[in-house]
Amino acid sequence: MGITLNDVVFVGVSGLTILAALGVVLSRNIIHSALALILAFLGVAVTFFQLGAGFIGLVQILVYAGAISVLIIFAIMLVMNVDAAQTNSPNPSRATQLWGALVALLLVIGLGGAIWFSELMPVLGPLPVADAVGAIAELLLGNYVAAFEAAAVLLLLAVVGAIILAKGVEEE
Amino acid sequence: MIGLNHYLLLATILFGIGVYGVFAKRNAVAILMSIELMLNAVNINFVAINKFIQPGNTVGQLFAIFVIVVAAAEVSVGLALIISIYRQKKSVNLSDFNLMKW
Repeated sequence: MGITLNDVVFVGVSGLTILAALGVVLSRNIIHSALALILAFLGVAVTFFQLGAGFIGLVQILVYAGAISVLIIFAIMLVMNVDAAQTNSPNPSRATQLWGALVALLLVIGLGGAIWFSELMPVLGPLPVADAVGAIAELLLGNYVAAFEAAAVLLLLAVVGAIILAKGVEEE
Repeated sequence: MIGLNHYLLLATILFGIGVYGVFAKRNAVAILMSIELMLNAVNINFVAINKFIQPGNTVGQLFAIFVIVVAAAEVSVGLALIISIYRQKKSVNLSDFNLMKW
C-alpha cells in the first residue's frame, strides 16, 4: 500500500504534537509552557478529526484549547510573583530529574514495544456509524444516563467548590 | 499505512512526556499541565480503539467525553487550590506546600 495524504498529515501532526508536549515540560518560562500546551491540544484535536471523531475534536478545541487553557493562563497570571523566565525551572535535584526521565523512558519503551510488536489485526466488523453525534446522544441519554447525570453533578460541584476555594473564607 | 499501532504509540509518547513533567517540575501549575497531557493521551487511545476495534458503535467516544468532563472538573479545583495556597504561602513551588505535614 502506498503512502496516502492521510499518512503524511498524521506524521506531521503527531510530530508537531510531540514537539509541543516536549515544549510544555522543557520550557523554563511557564507562559511558553501554557502556549505550547494549547498547540498540543490543537494537535490532539486534529488527531481526533483524522480518526473520524469530529464531535470529540470540536469538544477538544472548545473545552481544552479554549476554556482550560484560558483558566490555566489566568491562574498563572494570578500566582506569578517572580521573573517569568524562572517560573517553570525544573526541580533543582538532579536525581529527581533523572528518576523522572528514567521512569518516563522505561514507560515509553515498554508500552511502545508492546504495542509495536503485537499483531493488532484490523477488525472487519460492522461499518462505521454514519451519524456519530446521534449515536453518542442516544447512548448518553439511554444506557449511560446515570453516568451522564453523575458527570453533570460532578461538574457543578467542582465549579462551586472551585469558587469557594479561590474566593477564600472571610475572617469575621 | 497508518493503523491502530501508530495512534497507540503517539498516545504512549504523550503519556511518557506527561509522566516526566510530573516528576521533574516544581511549579504546581506545570504539574497540572502535565496531567492534562496524560489525560489527552488517554482520550486518543479511547477514540483510536473505538475506531479500529469497534467501528459499529461510539462507546469509546462517549468515554472520551466523560474523561474530558472529569479533567475539566479536576483542573478547575486544582487551580483554585493553587490560588488558595498561594494566598497563604506566596509561592506555587510544590516543595513549599507542607500545610498537611507536621
